[in-house]
Amino acid sequence: MAKTEYVLELNGITKVFPGVKALNDVYFKLRPGEIHALMGENGAGKSTFIKVITGVYSPDGGEMYLDGEKVEFRHPTDAQKRGIAAIYQHVTCYPDLSVTENIFMGHEKVQRGTGRISWKEMHEEAGRLLKELGAAFSPKTVMGALSVAEQQIVEIAKALSVDAKIIIMDEPTAALTKNESEELYRITERLRDKGAAIIFISHRFEDMYRLASKVTVFRDAKYIGTWNVDEISNHDLIIAMVGREISQLFPKKDALLGDELLRLDSLGRTGYFADVSFTLRRGEILGLTGLVGAGRTEVCQTLFGIEKPDKGRIHYKGKPLQLRNPRDAMRHGIGYLPEDRQKQGLVLQWGIGRNVSLPTLEKFAVQGAINSRKELETAKSLAEKVNVKAKSVFDLVSSLSGGNQQKVVFAKLLNAELDVLILDEPTKGVDVGAKSAIYEMISDLACSGYGVIFVSSEMPEIIGMCDRVAVMREGRITAMLDREGLTQEAILSASMDGATGEEASA
Amino acid sequence: MEPRVIASKKEFTLKGLFLQWEWLLVLLMMAVFILNMNLSEYFLDYNNLRDATMGFLDKAFIVLPMVFIILMGDIDISVGSIVALSSVIMADLYNHGVPMELAVVICLAVGALCGWINGMLIVRFKELSSVIVTLATMIIYRGIAYILLEDQASGNFPSWFKFLGWDYVGGIPFILIAFALAVAIFAYLLHKTTFGRKVYAIGNNPTAALYSGVRVDRIKVIVFTLAGLMAAVTALFLTSRMGSTRPNIATGYELEVIAMVVLGGVSTAGGKGRMIGAILAVFLIGFLRYGLGLVNVSAQSLLIILGLLLIVAVAIPQLKMRVGAGRKTT
Repeated sequence: MAKTEYVLELNGITKVFPGVKALNDVYFKLRPGEIHALMGENGAGKSTFIKVITGVYSPDGGEMYLDGEKVEFRHPTDAQKRGIAAIYQHVTCYPDLSVTENIFMGHEKVQRGTGRISWKEMHEEAGRLLKELGAAFSPKTVMGALSVAEQQIVEIAKALSVDAKIIIMDEPTAALTKNESEELYRITERLRDKGAAIIFISHRFEDMYRLASKVTVFRDAKYIGTWNVDEISNHDLIIAMVGREISQLFPKKDALLGDELLRLDSLGRTGYFADVSFTLRRGEILGLTGLVGAGRTEVCQTLFGIEKPDKGRIHYKGKPLQLRNPRDAMRHGIGYLPEDRQKQGLVLQWGIGRNVSLPTLEKFAVQGAINSRKELETAKSLAEKVNVKAKSVFDLVSSLSGGNQQKVVFAKLLNAELDVLILDEPTKGVDVGAKSAIYEMISDLACSGYGVIFVSSEMPEIIGMCDRVAVMREGRITAMLDREGLTQEAILSASMDGATGEEASA
Repeated sequence: MEPRVIASKKEFTLKGLFLQWEWLLVLLMMAVFILNMNLSEYFLDYNNLRDATMGFLDKAFIVLPMVFIILMGDIDISVGSIVALSSVIMADLYNHGVPMELAVVICLAVGALCGWINGMLIVRFKELSSVIVTLATMIIYRGIAYILLEDQASGNFPSWFKFLGWDYVGGIPFILIAFALAVAIFAYLLHKTTFGRKVYAIGNNPTAALYSGVRVDRIKVIVFTLAGLMAAVTALFLTSRMGSTRPNIATGYELEVIAMVVLGGVSTAGGKGRMIGAILAVFLIGFLRYGLGLVNVSAQSLLIILGLLLIVAVAIPQLKMRVGAGRKTT
């Protein structure tokens, strides 16, 4: 067996999903005792990459080596057996079971012969692991009673209990407070010092600078490069992550700004967002950005009548507005393109035509009876207008690529008489070609008099498309930036650091 | 970018026409007829077949709204109890001097109310599934029926009331005419109207339906109310046919009705299936039962046959999928 200095090496890994290349010729090398940061925008391919390493997906091309030995994982347990463990942002635990049970789930200690579970031994071992990680709670505690940070420690203990040599941490700090993050840093460093190799995925630059010695960047499913953390500047790193010439990709035209459509006065919903105020005018594209989980989607859902605010007011076209349900919102002229098009935007088992007509069925009906010819003709012309690539309006939307599915969701909105369009991550999981088509559509919509709220966590498109940008963090708007003052740095500092001195008030 | 032309007309294929679930039911129906003809010389007699429908069509009225309910991914197991409760209330009122006409109207109202309560509970308490809610109301509704009549029979209805279950109009049983009318209304509602389309949308993806402006809760309540109403219609015909009522009538109707709907090709996962399939299943099971009854096959053996049919009905689409996937193993 050829001995190498790397515990893990991936060469030219490619993974294709119908219509999308999720990973395109990707490289990665990991040394023992190293914390290696993996960075990239949302949708750059990081999650798919992890799933390849942990055996959830098998790659369509390329090789993977563990300690110099070529491996092919067919199942996640194959990866587990080889000492690979992953800790996710959203902890995947059994909340009703004890900490011990969670740690030893799937590899319980049993007495030889009788097959009885030896609880005493497991509790002792769990206690030892927790102590090693500096945790103060008992292994007999019920998992659900712990905080997110404590649950993450349990997940780490779980990784240690199987002697994981490679530990993948997927945005572990995203839901933690500053102090909790500090604690996690210390634990991570202790693991590293004991020889574990750690892949650390995070959107926080702070995490990377604090922990990692190496950083690898993916962009648009491709491998961009690997650097020593102390040898690359923040600016170069952002360019590596963002990459393309922003001005060419974004066909933003200047629209005439018209009347005020929407005004939010310190709108709030307990536990989700607070004190959110902004206005939206006809022809305007208002960006709403911030990290995932900052409360953007919750604000949108409130504006669409899915959830109800408990503080503040919404004014719409100068009048106070209270929405009962999405239908109510659409009747008033507010449309929403949801974040998850497969779960919220489309009926996947249906053809294009039925999907397009669903929000506006009444338009094709007399006394409740659907005129299918009218329905299909309208669907056809709308699908052609947004340039869906399909043979007929009966093509199932599940057979379309991500970009074409998204165009169908747009077509649904176009047939309704709307004034405000709320677009929640409209280019998520969409390839670059379809992206620019969607940008063009958004720009045209603004020019034709819609007021557009453009929610995105991808900075280039926010900067390229928006007239003004509201940055949210932890449920509050931390900055309102004009087009002139719109820079990556400004958005980053408003969405990430405690630069304004505010802390999560818990 | 070049403009793209998308067809808005469906290509007609013979394969598409014949690869439909309903053909299997037609085949099964033919099998039932052939089997029964060989078993008994009395089976294939117009008058007998016609009168057989009077025996099994009562519960078929509940099949119609049950198709909607199962299409939405829900279920209602309280319908048998609603039949009993609305029937008992009607009889009780009549015996206390309320005119029969009014008692019939109240019977229908009670059924609709019971269904409405089911619907409201299901949309108000989202964490409770429709199985749990209607299991509870199944027990409650039946319980109320027992309190009202205390395990006694009640009857002596006016003679016109007997007409519903026993009489003919132009040589055709009245119940068959009523059922044909109900089928026409429900099939139209399901397949031709915006309401039906929304029911399918809810069954396939309730979240996407909500985000598309469909008032999901409202539609659910309406459908469950319709189920209650049709259960009361069943109560009318059943009570008329029996001439009296007891709190334990229509026990197990819910399961038979659900069996018919599932056999009719309506997926319990929601969103898939058509009215015609369920109607075929009603007659398939009805004639099977009638034919086997003629040769004195016991009711218990019939249940076994019904159960087997149901397993076949559920298994076939999955087998078809496996064959279609080309023996891919995982």
